[in-house]
Amino acid sequence: MYRDFGTILLATLLGIVLVAAPLVIQWLIAPSKKTKEKLETYECGEEVEGSAWLQFNIRFYVIALIFLIFDVEVVFLFPWAVVFKEMGLLALVEMGIFLIILCVGLAYVWVKSDLDWVKRRVRYGSGRYKNISIKVEK
Amino acid sequence: MGLLENKFNDNIIVEKLDKLLSWSRSTSPWFFQFGTACCAIEMMAAAASRHDLMRIGMIPRSSPRQADVMIVAGTVTMKMALRVKKLYEQMADPKYVVAMGSCATSGGPYWQHGYHVLKGVDIVIPVDVYVPGCPPRPEALIEGLLKLQEQILEERPLTRKMA
Repeated sequence: MYRDFGTILLATLLGIVLVAAPLVIQWLIAPSKKTKEKLETYECGEEVEGSAWLQFNIRFYVIALIFLIFDVEVVFLFPWAVVFKEMGLLALVEMGIFLIILCVGLAYVWVKSDLDWVKRRVRYGSGRYKNISIKVEK
Repeated sequence: MGLLENKFNDNIIVEKLDKLLSWSRSTSPWFFQFGTACCAIEMMAAAASRHDLMRIGMIPRSSPRQADVMIVAGTVTMKMALRVKKLYEQMADPKYVVAMGSCATSGGPYWQHGYHVLKGVDIVIPVDVYVPGCPPRPEALIEGLLKLQEQILEERPLTRKMA
């Protein structure tokens, strides 16, 4: 039984040595010239602009998702337009189905008033969103 | 400086170790994956399956931290020159530069009237190998890279440099 543990110990030691040896070798022979430019953050050759930790409005997240609907739509529409003449009616029907599905998505965000920057109220809200509404002073 | 770099007097053990080190360096010079102009197409062709740079141990890396060789593939404009220099500075030592195509070597077709083109990338960074051509074929690039490998093979990383 203890011989089995010996095997595990050997494997562990071998693993440590195999990882440590290359690190030690490179520490010994690798040239290391630390200049200011080399230690800077790599930003594709641009000057580093401030910190990567910055805040932006959470509402941009929804805007980005909505943008994605139209983005994907255009991506698929371009190759579709190229082969439209050859495929004829079938292409029209297929793209029609695709556009309808996308329009359902658009209708969804419209109903949920995600197209508004300031949400007046949450329509068809449920749970904790049920009673949320912003009174507009006129 | 590395701990052992250029610290030993020349003798047979150091020479053999030098040869081992420079041989292992020369057989895997990973290159920095970026192109500034049309030469990059030929560089991509050289890295793709038909010419296959991986045969001579060259793998494209997208970060300067992992790259040994910078292939300046194409026209370097004045605006790009600052970036190229910065990217070169950010590469880890030892680093080498291959100027690919006539634009990177001398300004090429923009030599006389190109007000916006750097007349050779060697103005901003030290170049090891120049590959002529507009653009050079993948074979020409591979020839240049083999020349670079020969150059790396002659290096003496451990031997003390003579003053």
